[in-house]
Amino acid sequence: MADPMRIRAQAQGGNAVVRVLMSHEMETGQRKDAAGKTIPAWHITEVNAALNGKPVLSAQWGPAISKNPFLQFTVKGAKAGDKISVTWVDNKGDKRTDEATVA
Amino acid sequence: MLMNKFAIACALGSLCTLQVQAQQSSSSSADAIAQYRAMLADGNPAELFEAKGEELWKTRRGPKNASLERCDLGKGPGVVKGVFVELPRYFADTGRVQDLESRLLSCMETLQGLDAKQIAATAFGRDEQKNLEGLVAWISAESRGLKFNLPQSHPQEQKMYAVGKRLFFFRGGPYDFACASCHSEEGKRIRLQDLPNLTKNPGDGVGFAAWPAYRVSSGELWGMQRRLNDCFRQQRFPFPGYASDVTVALATYMGVNSKGSVSIAPSIKR
Repeated sequence: MADPMRIRAQAQGGNAVVRVLMSHEMETGQRKDAAGKTIPAWHITEVNAALNGKPVLSAQWGPAISKNPFLQFTVKGAKAGDKISVTWVDNKGDKRTDEATVA
Repeated sequence: MLMNKFAIACALGSLCTLQVQAQQSSSSSADAIAQYRAMLADGNPAELFEAKGEELWKTRRGPKNASLERCDLGKGPGVVKGVFVELPRYFADTGRVQDLESRLLSCMETLQGLDAKQIAATAFGRDEQKNLEGLVAWISAESRGLKFNLPQSHPQEQKMYAVGKRLFFFRGGPYDFACASCHSEEGKRIRLQDLPNLTKNPGDGVGFAAWPAYRVSSGELWGMQRRLNDCFRQQRFPFPGYASDVTVALATYMGVNSKGSVSIAPSIKR
């Protein structure tokens, strides 16, 4: 099971600014280990965010995103007390969902 | 490569301004690096390590199935807030001056029954060493914003400072190199990286006051032990060993010099 995300959501002038830190190796599949063997690709392929269960963002990611990615986005019309959930799926089929309340 | 990744990750964030590509002409390389760090600081992945560390502190582990909550880091068993800015210090129970990492080893051994020698011999970033990364991230974060104030009242602490100073200026190895070769005057740099003068107080959040740190280039969290290990590597010196007296002496020297400076650890480095 993957480590939890850190999600902060702050209300700002009728919107909410959401900051997400994900814990992931984001291995590109291009690197070799000490023995010269290729380290297989292992990275997030899909990120989805929802406001009170309604999808507001979906992204397709690949090996170009850095290790332990940071994602920031603004949700229109979100207010304090609303629930923001973020889900990622990686190419091994592992997934993780975390939720935060807009403050 | 990193810039590419950054630009893509950035493009996903609607508030992100891509000033990196529209670089103002006036700023020096140091300003540009400072700007880059400021942009990254908001999403410092060290936070992920902090969360892991807090959990590890409270989790029962090891042969004795105990947590680290009774660990005395210098302000009594279980006190975490404010301890980091007073380490290394002398501990009566071990009879040694210890930094955060060597002290954690003692606690892991006495409280949890883990093998400190084995952990010290483990490669950085593996097994228990990985757990130490989380612990140092969280414990240092609990002292964020506080000023360094290492104790120097015990003779052993004074001795460690004196030894650390000698080590700092000790030249040797194939390059006839010392810590002081890079870190004893103002305005030196390696490539684009400004080097702090560590023979005096380099200021808030600079030098000793910036570690542990998350290194973007390797995607890892480095404690002071790993930072020093890399300094020795760059000098083409053998590493004196994880949590060895040599490393603690150097940390004492830098820490005492940083008296009064604010800790920003765990910070973010390129």
